[in-house]
This record gives sequence, C-alpha cells and structure tokens, in this order.
Amino acid sequence: MGILDSKIPKGPLADKWTNHKNHIELVNPANKRNIDVIVVGTGLAGGSAAATLAELGYNVKTFCYQDSPRRAHSIAAQGGVNAAKNYQGDGDSVYRLFYDTVKGGDYRSREANVYRLAQVSTNIIDQCVAQGVPFAREYGGLLDNRSFGGVLVSRTFYAKGQTGQQLLLGAYAAMNRQIQRGKIKSHTRHEMLDIVLVDGKARGIIARNLVTGEIERHSAHAVVLATGGYGNLFFLSTYCMGANVMAAWKAHKRGAFFANPCFTQIHPTCIPVSGDHQSKLTLMSESLRNDGRIWVPKRLEDAKAIQEGKLKPTQLKEEDRDYYLERRYPAFGNLVPRDVASRAAKERCDAGFGVNKTGEAVYLDFDSAIMRYGREKALTSGIKDPDNKTVRELGEKVVEAKYGNLFQMYEKIVDQNPYKTPMMIYPAVHYTMGGLWVDYNLQTSIPGCYAAGEANFSDHGANRLGASALMQGLADGYFVLPYTIGDYLSKDIRTGEISTDLPEFEAAETHVKERIAKLMSGKGIHSVDYYHKKLGKIMWNKCGMSRNAKELQEAIDEIAALRADFWENVKVPGTADNKNQELEKAGRVADFLELGELFAKDALTRNESCGGHFREEYQTPEGEALRDDENFKFVSAWEYKGEPKDAVLHKEELVYENIELKTRSYK
Amino acid sequence: MKLNLKIWRQKNADTKGEMVSYPLNGIEEDMSFLEMLDVLNEQLINKGEEPVEFDHDCREGICGTCSLMINGRAHGPDTRITACQLHMRSFNDGDEIVIEPWRAKAFPVVKDLIVDRSAFDRIQQAGGYISINTSGNPVDANAIPIEKDMADKAFNAATCIGCGACVAACKNASAMLFTSAKVSQFALLPQGQVEAAERVQNMVRQMDLEGFGNCTNTGACEVECPKGISLENIARMNREYLSASVKG
Repeated sequence: MGILDSKIPKGPLADKWTNHKNHIELVNPANKRNIDVIVVGTGLAGGSAAATLAELGYNVKTFCYQDSPRRAHSIAAQGGVNAAKNYQGDGDSVYRLFYDTVKGGDYRSREANVYRLAQVSTNIIDQCVAQGVPFAREYGGLLDNRSFGGVLVSRTFYAKGQTGQQLLLGAYAAMNRQIQRGKIKSHTRHEMLDIVLVDGKARGIIARNLVTGEIERHSAHAVVLATGGYGNLFFLSTYCMGANVMAAWKAHKRGAFFANPCFTQIHPTCIPVSGDHQSKLTLMSESLRNDGRIWVPKRLEDAKAIQEGKLKPTQLKEEDRDYYLERRYPAFGNLVPRDVASRAAKERCDAGFGVNKTGEAVYLDFDSAIMRYGREKALTSGIKDPDNKTVRELGEKVVEAKYGNLFQMYEKIVDQNPYKTPMMIYPAVHYTMGGLWVDYNLQTSIPGCYAAGEANFSDHGANRLGASALMQGLADGYFVLPYTIGDYLSKDIRTGEISTDLPEFEAAETHVKERIAKLMSGKGIHSVDYYHKKLGKIMWNKCGMSRNAKELQEAIDEIAALRADFWENVKVPGTADNKNQELEKAGRVADFLELGELFAKDALTRNESCGGHFREEYQTPEGEALRDDENFKFVSAWEYKGEPKDAVLHKEELVYENIELKTRSYK
Repeated sequence: MKLNLKIWRQKNADTKGEMVSYPLNGIEEDMSFLEMLDVLNEQLINKGEEPVEFDHDCREGICGTCSLMINGRAHGPDTRITACQLHMRSFNDGDEIVIEPWRAKAFPVVKDLIVDRSAFDRIQQAGGYISINTSGNPVDANAIPIEKDMADKAFNAATCIGCGACVAACKNASAMLFTSAKVSQFALLPQGQVEAAERVQNMVRQMDLEGFGNCTNTGACEVECPKGISLENIARMNREYLSASVKG
C-alpha cells in the first residue's frame, strides 16, 4: 500500500534518530522570524512544542479552549514519567525501555518511533529538573524512582501523585517566557472548528472565540494538533469534561488518516460508578499497585454478603480472599499491564465476585503494605518489639507520605477511609492509543499538519504502559517535533505571510458557520447530554473492554441512527454570538457521533485480540488475548469518505527487525 | 434532597447581574456539587431556559478551573478541596445555597459564575519561570543534588492550582498567596536562584498593575486554599522582595 509512507530512516535502530536529525534541513534564524506556526492544544505536547518552537525563533500562535494553558488535562496525570536513566542501577537501559514499551503495546507500534522515544526520555528529566520541576527526591538529595505496571525495573520519576501537574506547569512556564518575549501569541477560550488547506497544505484554522462567539481566521505555515485523546466518546471517563476530538476529527475529514481508533485504554484503578447522575470518573494512580493488593472474595456467598452490606472486607480472613492477579500472573502479580489488569477485574465481576452494590468493583488493599512499612520504620527508628498498633500507625504515616493526596481524594469522593478499609476500584476509559496517523516526522497525511502527544497514534501500539503518556507528550513537544517540522518549513522561507482573505479561508468559515446554524436549529427535544450519555452507553456496552462481531455491527447501526436523531432533535438553548457552553458541547458530541461509528468499524475489522482491543472470538482457552501476527500486524489508517462507515482502510505493515514477536506473557 | 438555590446570573461583562432563586428536588447525597448543578441545568434546558454557566473541567480538583463562592466561602464549606470535589453529603435537606462567582476587581465576570482570571497568567508571564531553553540541556538531572526538605517545600509551593480562591477569600482581593507560591518554588531551588531578584520584582510589579489589593495578613487565603498553600510563602516573598530591593 504505497499510499502510507512512514518515512522511517534507514540504518541501524540505535542510529536512526541521530542520523535523521543530522540530515534534516535547517531554517536560518533570520528566516524563522518570517514563519508562523499554529499549535492547537496546550497540554504537555502542545505547551512544550509551542515553547520550543518559539525559542527556535518561529512565530507561534497557541489555542486552547480552557481559560489558561495551565489547565489542560495533562495536569491530572498522577503517577509519573518514565525515563531510561538507570539511576537505580537495576539494569535499565534505552533498549529495555524500548523493549518494554513495544511488548506492553502488544507489538502494534513502530519500532523506530518507540526507540527514539526511549532515547530522548533521558533528556526529558534533565530538561525538567533544569526548569525547576520539583520531582521527588531521596534523603541523599538525588532523584527518587518507583516502578509501574508491565516492567521489572524502577524507572518512573514522580512528584507525589501530581507528576502531570508539575510537568505541565514546567511547560506552561516555558511558554510564559516566550509569551513575555512576544514569540507566542496565546489564544485562550478559543476552540478550533476547522483546518484550512491551501493547495493541499495546512495553512490555518478557523476558531471560535468562546467568550464572544466570534468566528476567527488564523493563518500559518504549519499547523500542529496537540489536542489529546477522544476517550469522552464513552461519556464516562477519567478525561476532563471538555476533552474532545474536534481538531483531530476536522483534520480527518480534510484528509488526515485516523489510525487505530479502536485502541482505547481502560484503566484498572478508577473509583467505581456510584449512580446515574455521574458526570465523570476519577482515576487512582497506577502507582498504588506498587503497594496495594487487588482481591475479591473467594466464595460467591461472601461476595453476595458484601454486596448486600452484611459483611465487611476487613472481616474476611486471608484464606477467604482471592488475590486473582497474584494467582494468575505470579511473575508480575499486581503490576501486570493495564489491559490485563482491567480484563481480569471484569472477569471476576462478571462471574459475580464484585464487591459493591452494583457488583462492579474489586478491592485494592493496603493493609499488608502498611504493616510492612510500619515494621521497617520501627526498625529504623530504633523501636524494639513494637505492638501491632504502633506498627500500623507508623506504616500509615509512610503510606500517607507516598500516596496521601490520592487517599484524601478517594475519601472525599467515596466517604470511606482507605487506611482502614480497602479501596474499591473498577476499570474506566482513560487514554486512547489511536489517533491521527503520522509518519516518523509526526506529520499527518495532510502536508504541513502535524500531530503530537495523545492526539497521534504513534508510540503505544495497542496498550500504553503506565507513566509513558507524559514521556511521549514531552518527547514529541520538546525534542522531536520542533526539529522534524523544520524539514517542512525550510521549503517555506520564501512563501511570505499566508493571507486569511484567500478563498479557502472564506469557504471554511462559511462551512463552520453553517454547521453552527444547523446545531442551533434542532427541533429542541433533547439536550446534548441526553445524546452523549446514549452514545456512551453504546460504546461501553458494545465497544468496551470486550467486543464481538455481532455487537460491533449493532453499535455501528445504533450510532448512525443516534446521529441522525441528534441532528434532527437536539436542543441548544441561547445564541451563537455569546458564551454558550451548550453549543460548545453540541459541536463536540456531533463529532463523537461520527468517530464512534469509525471506532466500531475499526474494532470489527481487526479480527484478533491485542492489548486493549479484546475480541471475544479470539482468545486462548485460559481467556488471554490471541493475537494474529500473520494477518493483523499492521496499523489501520482510515481515510474519510463521507459517512464514517464508508471510510477506506489503508494498512501500514509493521516491521520488526530488532524485536522478536512473542506472545505477551506476564505469568 | 430538596434545595433552594440562589444563583448569580449575568448575561455578559457589560450587563448587570442579579441573584435568581431556583428550587431543586431529587438531589442525592452521593452527587458532587457540580453534578447537582448539572441536574439543574438539564431541567432549565428542558424548560427552554438558558442554563447556568460555570467554569469546570477536570472535576477532580487539580486543573483549578472551577471557581464558585458557595454560601460565602470559596469552594464551599469543606476545607482543602475545590468546588468540584465537594459532595452533596455536606449539605442538608431543605438548605438554601447561595452560589456566586469570585468577586474581585482583577477578575471581571464573563458570564453567570464565570470570571476572567487572565491576570494570573500575566503575573506568571512576568517572571514565573527559569530562563533556560528547552532545546538541549547538557547537565545530568542528578548533577544537582537537592536537600529533600527543600525539594519537598518547593513541591508544596508548586502545588498551587491557580484557581483564585485566595483572591476571592481575601477582603482586599490580594493575590499574594498565588504570586508567592511561584516565587517560593524557585527561590527554594538552586536552579531558580540565579534570577531570583529579578523574578520577584517583576512578578510583584505585575500583580500590582493588575489591580489586586494589598496583603493585611488576615490569613483567609491559607484557610480557603484547596491545596493548603502556606502563608510562609508570603513571608518568603516579602523577604525576597526586600533583599532584591536592597540589591537594587
């Protein structure tokens, strides 16, 4: 399929990136001043890309729908950021990080991209420390690490349970420095509604000023989309309320291929749903699995008694508990990758062993960690023969120092004290590995349109390992995109400013205005949320943690019907020439109603189980995922052709020259 | 639960606003405060009225977007949480709940309960960073050991979410806690000390330009701060400012 050129450089894996960088065309500093770049989204990827591009000398315009770049949802990432520093001396290396990531992604990512990611991971930590990001440290003053799911080394750098916040504020600070210098023009409370192509190249965007409702034209020589993932397709997720697929979807409709839409991460440790009123789900960092042990009752009658509130978990004896991850996966235990842990929880709950009212929860228990840490603390504090109460008190303090803010967050939401009774958790939609198809340079199939961070598909295959999202966002933004984009922009040094009076801008603006008018003129029967919740139910029930051909086909038909109903009957109050949150939501849900259909089609096409994509028809007798490398060792890149169900599949064959494909085993 | 809500409604920055009463039934204790407002808005939409606009995004207490004055308190009656983390179990059946936007000259109302906090961004732009380029820093991260206690203090200051509760809680609408948190984070770290003097002067100058009030040490900001940012930071900023002025 010649249409997809991944542009992976030739040569040995370890030299590809260095050689490639050495041969990238450079833009002379005087010319950079005449080149404009638009960056949409100001999370880790967008913020770091904008700052670096501005430092290099380009004129950058940033756009975010939030009231400040600092509020992008990268801020909510808790656990940490991976880097192959090997500070712990536990045998880590660039190769191991590369290997773990490819294996964790169930062999559906590109070797060359992942290797580059592992290579630049070490620069991220140097960069962030120099910026003043306050990572956790040991008493000796050096950086501390912890371990995460799917790996056997400690390579995760963290700042309590707020690593994303600290990294994002670092990127925000770097942006602020450039805003002050006049090199970045920041547009907040703005939403990109379309991308403008001139002569087939991305040359600008149409944006709506969310305060005034004004539709604005912005031009540039290249457009970078760093707009995050599309998990809000499921209505309930750990995403922020405003997260949407609008920018990526508009680019898709203008010619950018959408890759692997069905690869979604369902995170095992989230706070369970409490009722119909629920608007979002809250993640409990995966780092908790370092110390928490996951279990359900061994006997169905105990599970039933717990569900009915007649039995407390703390009353259940050790031998009556089923630590099912430790039982099924002795080598990795509670630290299996996310997809494996999520499916195992679903399996136990479907079998009736769930531990809350709805039967959709499992325990995450810190009791043994508290006692273990307590005994260690007693020893180092010189307390001889401490009683259990003292050990527990000491242990609780250690656990509080490690996870205090997470425990507090849990208690506020669930109204139970996790130091005294096990936490309840259940899987929830958390991240999307799929996204815009990009080549090695992070360019989409539209020339001049780039995608970075979660918005692209490139590094995580079918399942992302913990603490790799922050790594990828910052790698793309600080260390990859600002250089690869130069190759493209070097051809634009004589172009001059792009005029927003071009007919292409006129046409795109008209298109956007017509769409808004259409959204405002529905018959007014149901609210936007009504449709969003219905879509979410279809997605969760038929395209969620396990999928089958029959239900995926049903999902395709149901979503198409729901979309038609939406456009006919949606109710958007107020006017378009003012701040109007319902109109903002309506535009986003309209896109989800299209993407959902493509998502189901992608899942239906992929007749194998890999990573987060589990097809019930393709599993081993033990219920593990059954990959089909012979027929499905490719990236699905979808080309838009009108209705989502008519999208055309292009396959990028994945080539593994350095890693032998194996059945993923965490046993 | 049955509630009587009194909510500030204001069409835009140029029109006058007013308090409007909304009785609301069928609220459950497990709902978050914002989910309670979602229920109200769904009802308003179905009645053909315009919903109440309020800022919110992550709904897990970290993005700093939500900004509600609830019964006269920033982020409501519970301490150390944002409005989005507040649950209805903190209220009683039959309660009257008054909901207003942040009130401060430097935070003009955009619509209903939404205010413009871009002044905070401009304070950060004036100096809330370490001036190093992102492109290729050659020093290994572990080349600068930092005493754990200092690193932890810097982290605590850095956990500010920029919500503006400190300004809303202050009778003078002062932004000292917000500004001092960033000044402190960098003043406590060796990487930040190179530009410390310039930073504190530039950030304080911008803070004053934005029209925030003076600090009179009432400590209301620390009490209402959802992240527990300490008043010590204000003391540290004052010291930093003084020593920067002496250095001239």
